[in-house]
Amino acid sequence: MTGNLEVVTTRHNAAIDPVLSAWGWEIPVYLFLGGLVAGLLILGALYELLHPDRPRSRALRAMPFAALGLLSLGMLALFLDLAHKLHVYRFYLAFRWTSPMSWGSWILLLVYPVGFLHGLGSLDPAQRETLLARRALAPFLRPLLRWADGARRAVLKASVVAGVGLGLYTGLLLGTLAARPQWNTAVLGPLFLASGLSTGAAFLLFFRLDEREHGFVVRWDVGAIVLELLLLGAMLLGFAAGDRSAQHALYHLLGGPWTSAFWSLVVFAGLLVPLAMELLGRRRRLPLAALAPALILAGGFALRWILLAAGQASSFREFP
Amino acid sequence: MTVDTRLCVACKACVLACKAENAVPDGFCRDWLVEETRGEFPDLHAQNRSERCNHCSEPPCVDACPTGASHVAGGGAVLVTHDKCTGCKACIAACPYDARYVHPQGWVDKCTFCLHRARRGEKPACVSVCPTFCLEFGDLADPDSDVSRRLRERRYKVLHPETGCGPNVYFLE
Ligand code: SF4
Ligand code: SF4
Repeated sequence: MTGNLEVVTTRHNAAIDPVLSAWGWEIPVYLFLGGLVAGLLILGALYELLHPDRPRSRALRAMPFAALGLLSLGMLALFLDLAHKLHVYRFYLAFRWTSPMSWGSWILLLVYPVGFLHGLGSLDPAQRETLLARRALAPFLRPLLRWADGARRAVLKASVVAGVGLGLYTGLLLGTLAARPQWNTAVLGPLFLASGLSTGAAFLLFFRLDEREHGFVVRWDVGAIVLELLLLGAMLLGFAAGDRSAQHALYHLLGGPWTSAFWSLVVFAGLLVPLAMELLGRRRRLPLAALAPALILAGGFALRWILLAAGQASSFREFP
Repeated sequence: MTVDTRLCVACKACVLACKAENAVPDGFCRDWLVEETRGEFPDLHAQNRSERCNHCSEPPCVDACPTGASHVAGGGAVLVTHDKCTGCKACIAACPYDARYVHPQGWVDKCTFCLHRARRGEKPACVSVCPTFCLEFGDLADPDSDVSRRLRERRYKVLHPETGCGPNVYFLE
C-alpha cells in the first residue's frame, strides 16, 4: 500500500515511549571507563612484554592500580543504573552464555585479580618496602609478590587477555542487541576495543612517562586511532549496504539528528585533530601537549554517548 | 494468540482488563492498542491491533538476560522471575517490540499470557473480556485448537518477522 501512514498507540510506558530511554548517563560512563581501563592494562602489559629490559617510570608502574580504581568507578555507574540494586548479587549466581552482560560481569571479576597482580609485580623496590613495612599487610603481600614476580610473563599475558576481553565486551554488549538497528553491527566490539586502546594511551600521556615509553604510547595511540577510523568507515558502509533499518541507522549519522555531534566531536575533534597533532608532534614538540590526549578522551566518551543515544532511538517501530 | 483485526473496534477493554487483573501500576501497560491508517484518501485502509509481548519462539530478551530471570516457561510463554531480576534492562533493549517496562518496584514487567489464569483453565483477562471476541488464546501445537483453526482459515501476519524472533501473536487480516 502506498501513501501516508498514521499510527496512534495507547502505550505510553515511561522510559519506553515515545523513544526508548531505559539506559541513562551511567551506561556511556561505564562503557567509556571500561574501554579506558582495557587500554591501560593492554598497553602497560605489552610494553613490558615487548621490552622487558627497559626501566619503567613510576607512572607506568602505578598504572594498573589506577586502572582498577577507574574500573571501580565504572562499576559504580553500572550499579547506579540497576533498577533493582539489592539483586545485584544475582549476576554472580548465574552464567548465561548467550548474554554479553553475563560475560561482562564475570570478565570484570577476572580483571580485578589479574590487574592487581599486574600492579603488584610492577612496583619498584622502594614502593615494595613501603608496603611491606605495614605489619598488617606484609603476611598477605609477601607471598603474593613472590607469586606475581615468579609468573610475571604469565600475569602480563593474562592482563592483555583480560584487557582485550573487557574492551571487546563493552562493544559486544550493544552489538548483540539486534533489536536496535544502530547497534546491529559486528564492528562495535573491535571499534570499542580500538577506542579503548586510544583512550587508554591518551590517559597515559597525561603522566610523566620517560622518553621511550612516551614514544611507545604515541605509536600505539596513532595505530589505534587509524584502526578506529577504518572501523567507523566499515560501520557506515555496512549500514549503507544493509536493509531499510540499517539505512535508517546510517541516516542517524549522515543527515539525521546525531550527524553534527558525531562528525564534529567524534571524527574531527576526537580522532582527526589529535591524530594530526600526534603525527606532527613527533617531529617538533607542539605547545599544548595535553590538548591531543584531552581531545581523544572527550572523543571516546562522545562516541559511546552518541551511539548509546542513537541506538536507543533506533527501533523497528520506525517501520510499522 | 490470534487477534482478529477486522473485529477489533479499539475499545481498549483488553487494556483495562489486564491492568485490573495483573495490578499493572499507574502509567504503565502490558497490552496496548495500535490504530494504524494507511493510504491516500479516499483509498484508506485502517487496522486496529491489540498488541502485547509476542512470546517469541527465539526470544532475544531471554538471551540477553544475565541472571536467568527472563526465561521461557512450559508452554512457551516468556516470563520474568521477579526475585532474580536486577533491573539491568538488557532485556528491554533486546526486545524489538518494546513490550517490557521497569516496574516501579525495580523488576522488569511484561505480559505473562495470564499463565496464572491458564493454570485454572481460564483464558487470559484480555481475551475473556473482549466484547467482539477478536482475541483468541490457545495451543498452536494442537491442530484442533481455536487459534490453529483461525490461522488455517484466515490470512494473517506477525509484526516485524524480519527480526527473526519468531513472534507468536498473529494478526488476522
Ligand atoms: S516480544 Fe519482546 S519481550 Fe516478548 S518474547 Fe519477544 S523479545 Fe521477549
Ligand atoms: S532487567 Fe531483569 S529480566 Fe531483564 S535482563 Fe536484566 S535481570 Fe534479566
